Amino acid sequence: MSHDHDHDDHHHHDNHFSPMEARVRALETILTEKGLIDPKAIDVIVETYETKIGPRNGARVVAKAWAEPDFADWLKRDATAAIASLGYTGRQGEHMRAVFNDGETHNLVVCTLCSCYPWSVLGLPPVWYKAPPYRSRAVIDPRGVLSEFGVTLPEDQKIRVWDSTAELRYLVVPQRPEGTEGLDQEALADLVTRDAMIGTGLALMPKARP
Amino acid sequence: MNGPHDLGGQHGLGPVAPELNEPYFHGDWEKRALGVTLSCGAFGAWTIDESRHARENIPPATYLSASYYEIWIRALETLLQRHGFVSGEELAEGRMLEKGAAPKRVLKADMVPAVLAKGGPCDRPVEAAPRFSAGAHVRTRNFNPTTHTRLPRYARDKVGVVETVQGSFVFPDDNAHGKGESPQWVYTVVFDGGEIWGEGAAPGLTVSIDAWESYLEPV
Repeated sequence: MSHDHDHDDHHHHDNHFSPMEARVRALETILTEKGLIDPKAIDVIVETYETKIGPRNGARVVAKAWAEPDFADWLKRDATAAIASLGYTGRQGEHMRAVFNDGETHNLVVCTLCSCYPWSVLGLPPVWYKAPPYRSRAVIDPRGVLSEFGVTLPEDQKIRVWDSTAELRYLVVPQRPEGTEGLDQEALADLVTRDAMIGTGLALMPKARP
Repeated sequence: MNGPHDLGGQHGLGPVAPELNEPYFHGDWEKRALGVTLSCGAFGAWTIDESRHARENIPPATYLSASYYEIWIRALETLLQRHGFVSGEELAEGRMLEKGAAPKRVLKADMVPAVLAKGGPCDRPVEAAPRFSAGAHVRTRNFNPTTHTRLPRYARDKVGVVETVQGSFVFPDDNAHGKGESPQWVYTVVFDGGEIWGEGAAPGLTVSIDAWESYLEPV
């Protein structure tokens, strides 16, 4: 992985770093020298997506929809507003739609063209969501994809794949597991995984809680 | 464009391989790549559509072997040079050689929470009524522009049903190329798996795309 053999790459003088480390470091240096970026702003962006905006947001939305039929109705009709009422707004969540799994249909979300993902409720997407295998196969072989997540759906359950080709961002509301009648919303949210809200997983059973 | 990004239905790209308890970042450089990309987006010099098109223009062999943050950085270098903020010589040397273009805005740390919370809504009013209503049968156009489009290859020249009129939005095919926002109605259009994949299509599969009005023709 020596830089000297990578003729497409810059920064041959920077021997301590991998090619991408060196490339990004050089870019940040140039932009900072020009006063075009504030490195402290980058720190705040990273901290926001490491600690403030993640799948717990979406899990709270799902738990509230499970527990409150009126909220579920609102989420179906106007997901952007319903989700904003919990304080989850902003970048890559400007135009939200919620799609509900039921016994008849399982929903699966993909972006075949890039990496569109509802950041405001799920945070930054996992690597696999942005990578060619998932993007190529979700639309043609969803059951094969689901099996790689350990998910097997009943044979007669239909699968609806939502390709996020425009600026709408999709949140899957998984089916509420059996045996959760006594749980409050925080305990319900513990059952809602990131993958369940993409459609590559199901909500956890109460006994399977970590 | 029929670029390397348009992946729906391709074979041979391997298993999905989800990572258990995946961290948000694999290495510090990915953190900086995210932050630099968002900070430069805040210049206001290009649109999200232009940046997507810059990513699509990465040569296929490179695109398919790059991580997504690498794709972002390669495209960002293209955009920064195209808009005069950074030169190729500067990227090669890793230091500033000249001042370059001035952005409309520099993202400072104290601005970040408000900027992230605001996002970039791209719904826009249009005067005309929607051409299609829910339940309408439509055929997607068969075209192969070398420019930006959000109609995937697998969904071209296919008959589907309009499920929802989703509102009117900036038209990326124009906006990516500086031709203005040209807003259009956007529809969720549902296709049977068999219409898209033909023989051997997965039973019980439907696939939807969100399609701008000019992608669609009445059936």
